[in-house]
Parts: sequence; structure tokens; C-alpha cells
Amino acid sequence: MLEHYISLFVKAVFVENMALAFFLGMCTYLAVSKQVTTAVGLGIAVIVVQTITVPINNLIFNHVLTEGALAWAGFDGDLTFLGLVTYIGVIAAMIQILEMVLDKYVPSLYNALGIFLPLITVNCAILGGSLLMVERDFNFPESVVFGLGSGAGWALAIVGLAGVREKMKYSNVPPALRGLGITFMTVGLMAMAFMLFSGIQL
Amino acid sequence: MAEVIEREERAIEAPSSPPLTAKEAKSLLFTPVFDDNPIGRQVLGVCSALAVTTKLETSVVMSLAVIFVLALSNVSVSAIRNHIPSSVRILVQMTIIAALVIIADQFIQAFAYSISKQLSIFVGLIITNCIIMGRAEGFASKNPPMHSLLDGVGNGLGYSTILIAVGFFRELLGSGKILGVDVLHLVTEGGWYTPNGLMLLSPSAFFLIGFFIWIVRAWKPEQVEED
Repeated sequence: MLEHYISLFVKAVFVENMALAFFLGMCTYLAVSKQVTTAVGLGIAVIVVQTITVPINNLIFNHVLTEGALAWAGFDGDLTFLGLVTYIGVIAAMIQILEMVLDKYVPSLYNALGIFLPLITVNCAILGGSLLMVERDFNFPESVVFGLGSGAGWALAIVGLAGVREKMKYSNVPPALRGLGITFMTVGLMAMAFMLFSGIQL
Repeated sequence: MAEVIEREERAIEAPSSPPLTAKEAKSLLFTPVFDDNPIGRQVLGVCSALAVTTKLETSVVMSLAVIFVLALSNVSVSAIRNHIPSSVRILVQMTIIAALVIIADQFIQAFAYSISKQLSIFVGLIITNCIIMGRAEGFASKNPPMHSLLDGVGNGLGYSTILIAVGFFRELLGSGKILGVDVLHLVTEGGWYTPNGLMLLSPSAFFLIGFFIWIVRAWKPEQVEED
């Protein structure tokens, strides 16, 4: 049983890395990866938000939206078409609550993560995590593990890219490739490196 | 029919804003394609751009869905821009976009089910596609509906250009086909072309977009970033 969860976690972090294998959260991934310190902040924020929102969306999907879930209330229709608008609403609301809670109880963490939290609402890695969870029929514990693992994988990828980009300052890049172009190439090479994990089975 | 609607929209527009000249319209429509490409220059909407490009067919369907959502969300956001308090505008924009994406998603599921399976979660991810929010926030919330419609279509076309180009090369080099029709005869079927398996995997999309940016910036040096 435990093996199943460990395998799911490792798969979410390395094999099916959100950023490098599924291209999710690319906008923020490319924009906020110039410095390692900011990348670490954003990475932690993504892990936290992902670990909270994926399980919550899982509960909503299984107990409200799916066909027959509201049978006890006399309604047995299929509400899954409302999924998209529900998930994005849950994500926006959770981020707002998280922001307020952090501001009240952990101001130091709020100061560190504060600017990243609103950015995360439109990060496709978060919505993508919830949609993948629905697509793969995860149950509640699986969705907790998947949320944590996919968040951690994304954080790992952005910290790695930020490290590479900091070193890039010392290299002589062709003018037309500077900035965005060379970043794409770097991400491509990182994605190739991550593909080496794809044979791993626990 | 479309002309009538267009004329009506412009008639409503006329008293409050200057009419749209042909030159303006052209620039709104075509600047985003090369000069200010959403992917290559504004770094918006890369998220879902890459995953759906293993085949040309899926790229085309995805492009159409994005153009549809982008144009209509721009028009709707722009039409209500003077009636929405700015504190709740993001929420309102998000809801409009989510509703449009649901329409697009259900439409694709109804009429192109196998493609919708291949696109999997990426149609839904149009919601968080930064192009849509970016244009709604950056352009449509300040400009009249007709301008916003053209801006939406223009940016959608800019996005589609990259998407279709990447999809074309990935399908051609990865499986020797274009839109499912054999172009390069594969070795496995007695031809001469050994397919490049990397093209079907994720890293190739990054390389191809990197090369596109390189080509465009070598052609238009004013886009080069100095850092």
C-alpha cells in the first residue's frame, strides 16, 4: 500500500514532471526563474497551494459534481461540465484564504511568499493538477500524494532552471538568442535529462 | 449576417469612441503575428502551447479554440468595462473566460471526440492561458469592443502561427506525416525516412520554439533582449 503511494510520488516528481513533461505553469516558469532565491520562494508557494487545492477539488468532484453524488438530495444529474469553473473558483478562493491566514499568523512567511501567491492563481500547473487528478480517477489519499508530488516536481524544475540561468550570465550567447531563446533551449535540455527517469518503476 | 452584426456594433460604438480606420484595424490584427507575438515576445500562453503540438491536427483545433475564446472574451470584457468596479474585475474576467472555455470544450467533445481525448486537459487549461487574461486585462479593459475583437483575433493568430509551425515540424519529422497523410516514407514501411523519435517527446517543442525565436530575432534585431 505504502509502495503504491511512494511510486505515485516519485512518478509525479520526476517522470511526469509538471513543468518539463507536461509544460504546465510555463509562463511563470520562464518569467520568475532569473534568480535562485525568488525561484525557491515561488516553488514553496506552489507546493503549498497544490497540496491544498488538489485534495479539495478531489472532494468536490467526488461528492458534488460527479454523476449521482447528490442523489441523497433528490438530484441525480451529472454536473461535471461545471468542473472547470468550480476548480478555478476553488483555487482563487483557497489562495485568497491562504494569503489572509499567512498574513495574520506567519507574517514572515507572508512577506516572503506574498507577491507570488496572486501569480499562482493563473498558474496552469495548479489547475492542471486538479484536471489531471479528475482525469485519472484518484481517490482522496492519492490526490494528496499527487498534489504534494507534482508541486515538488515543479519547484525542483524552477529552482534548477534558475541555477542554470544564474550561471548563464558568464557565457557568450549569440545576440538573437539572448533572453527567452536560450532559456527555451536550456529547458529543452533539462527536459531531456528528466526523461532519463522515465524507465523507473518502484 | 456577420456584416449586419458588425455594422450594428459599429453604430453603437460611434458616439462614444472614434471610428476604427482600416489602417488601425490592420495594425491591430497583424502586429501581434510577427512584431509583438504573444509567445515569442510577450512570453504569454506558452503553457498549453507546447503539449498539444505533437500533431498538426491537434494544433489546429487548439488554435481555433484559443482564437474563439480570446476574441469573445475580449469583446465581452470590453463591452462591460465601464460597468465593473475594478476591485472585482479579475473575478468577473475569470468567470467570463471560464464560461467561454466550457462552451469550447463541450463543442469539441461533441463534434471531435477523438481530438478532445488527445487534447485531454489542455482545452480546460485555456482558462489559465496567460494570453487570454493578459489581453483582457491589458487591452480589452481599456478599449472599445471592435478594437478588442480585432486585438483578440490578432493575438489568437500570433499564437496559432507558432502553434501550427511547431505542430507541422513535429509531425513531419517525428512521424513522417502531415495531417495523417504520409509525406516522408518511413523505413519501417519500406521507405527511406527514419523518424526522429525525439520530435514526439516534450524536449523537441522547447528546441523548436527556441529556434523560432532565434530566427525571428535574427530577422528583426530590435526584438533582442539585452541583459
